[in-house]
Amino acid sequence: MNLRAVQTIYLFEMSRTFRTLLQSILAPVLTTSLYFVVFGAAIGARIPEMGGVSYGAFIVPGLIMLMLLTQSVSNASFGIYFPRFSGTIYELLSAPVSSFELVLAFVGAAATKAILIGLITLATASAFVPLEIAHPVWMAAFLVLTAVSFSLLGFILGIWADSFEKLGFVPLLVITPLTFLGGTFYSLDMLPPFWQTVSLVNPVVYLVSGFRWSFYGAGDVSVVASLAVVAIFLVVGLTAVWWIFRSGYRLKP
Amino acid sequence: MTRTQLTVNPTTTPAAQRDAARETSPADDRVMLSIEHLSKVYADGFKALDDVSLEVRRGEIFALLGPNGAGKTTLIGIVCGLITASSGSVRVDGHDIVRNYRAARSLIGLVPQELTTDAFEKVIDTTAFSRGLFGLAPNPAHIEKVLRDLSLWDKRNSRVRELSGGMKRRLLIAKALAHEPEVLFLDEPTAGVDVELRRDMWLQVRALRERGVTVILTTHYIEEAEEMADRIGVINHGELILVQNTTELMRRLGSKQLTLQLNEPLQQIPEMLAEYELELSEDGHTLIYTYDTHGERTGITALLSDLSRAGVRFTDLRTRETSLEEIFVSLVSPQS
Repeated sequence: MNLRAVQTIYLFEMSRTFRTLLQSILAPVLTTSLYFVVFGAAIGARIPEMGGVSYGAFIVPGLIMLMLLTQSVSNASFGIYFPRFSGTIYELLSAPVSSFELVLAFVGAAATKAILIGLITLATASAFVPLEIAHPVWMAAFLVLTAVSFSLLGFILGIWADSFEKLGFVPLLVITPLTFLGGTFYSLDMLPPFWQTVSLVNPVVYLVSGFRWSFYGAGDVSVVASLAVVAIFLVVGLTAVWWIFRSGYRLKP
Repeated sequence: MTRTQLTVNPTTTPAAQRDAARETSPADDRVMLSIEHLSKVYADGFKALDDVSLEVRRGEIFALLGPNGAGKTTLIGIVCGLITASSGSVRVDGHDIVRNYRAARSLIGLVPQELTTDAFEKVIDTTAFSRGLFGLAPNPAHIEKVLRDLSLWDKRNSRVRELSGGMKRRLLIAKALAHEPEVLFLDEPTAGVDVELRRDMWLQVRALRERGVTVILTTHYIEEAEEMADRIGVINHGELILVQNTTELMRRLGSKQLTLQLNEPLQQIPEMLAEYELELSEDGHTLIYTYDTHGERTGITALLSDLSRAGVRFTDLRTRETSLEEIFVSLVSPQS
């Protein structure tokens, strides 16, 4: 295995984050702070406790998940799309690097960045509301698995996209709406029965619920179902990436 | 004003030096690149390569000459792993590029045709990145040497976007040399660069060859192929039309034409000018003499003298080199 190449690509991708520190770190901190000011302090003060925790604390797992999903997809898709766009992909494809190593490096870097943003969001949230994590190991597991799964999705998006417009399409028009409708700001039992059933089709519901369970020991759906959905995402993502490299789709004519 | 008479020793002319260098070329019998029956048909049905077979020996400079769209870049792309072949096989120093791609690719350095660089990186970082991709431990001394050789050391901390076009071209070469390849592919290395830089690059390539590096370059500048290559392969419509020693090929292809506008039209070419194999235009006003630029004598002086003796007077004359297009036409024509 060409571990040196994996390390080289990984560090190269990470260096991009540190080069754009303001955009990478400050933006999520600011966004999270705004959510807490609006939903936590202004509106949340008028909403009763949910599942035994304040509304401000209730939305923390959902907000972290929102950041995690959007950052994973954006980082990974941009990471592989940019070399395609600039033409520097030739260097990656002509190097003695396997497709697995390429994916490991790009997805690893994208997931690392997303997890860092997730942890920064958590730290920012803790400045606004008292937080306790009931199952820290599961919290970490959900964080890592979700970041990796959605970084894989982002990688696929970055291969599929042939314009910056398409690159922004999925995070903006798919991930964000699904996350907002996935129980980030409310519990499913607040919805009418029909919409509760419809919501169960939304995979993000399971991710938010599982993550919230790791914080407060309770969620909208069972933790087993949440883990199953993460596993499905992971398997689907890996299969799609395997097919991309096998067929050369959008990489090798 | 004094006029200096130059005595030219035939063994010290640039062409003679070049030919002498070719004879002492470090190319050995070890086949570094072996291509067998390689074909490529793209998804839209376009046949870019058609049953191409080729062998290039270690230390050889091989030029692949052809017009745009001939299949040069496709051929390089397949060898380097950027394009999937439809059929055929490629081995680099005995390693199959599909089954043993790691070993094959680790020997190859590629300088692409387009100036594809990461604009926001520093010169030294992007060069070191290329080395890391090939699984090699960092070697600052080697990176420094490569950048110094290509006159980029002073720019090592500059961002790529701050470099001129010529510097970017050199940076691409530096990146390709960062992992010390044994086979270097240069795809149109001097396209769009000035004469001085072009000559610098030629020197660099020769220095690489002296170290045993096999160089395969594509170009549509016949002058470049002539200047650099030990052998030339001519490719057109995906077919490798011929592969020949450069000196022989240039002798065959490198002709010039002298066109004379006559004072009075001629009905026919005088008998005493028959040995020059002149062409007379239909209206009898133009005589065309084709001569070999690589011959010891062009015969122009003798022709002009014989024209005078034959009483053929002319009002104007001009010379013209055979264009690459004409050369290709002559190569692909049935008569050739």
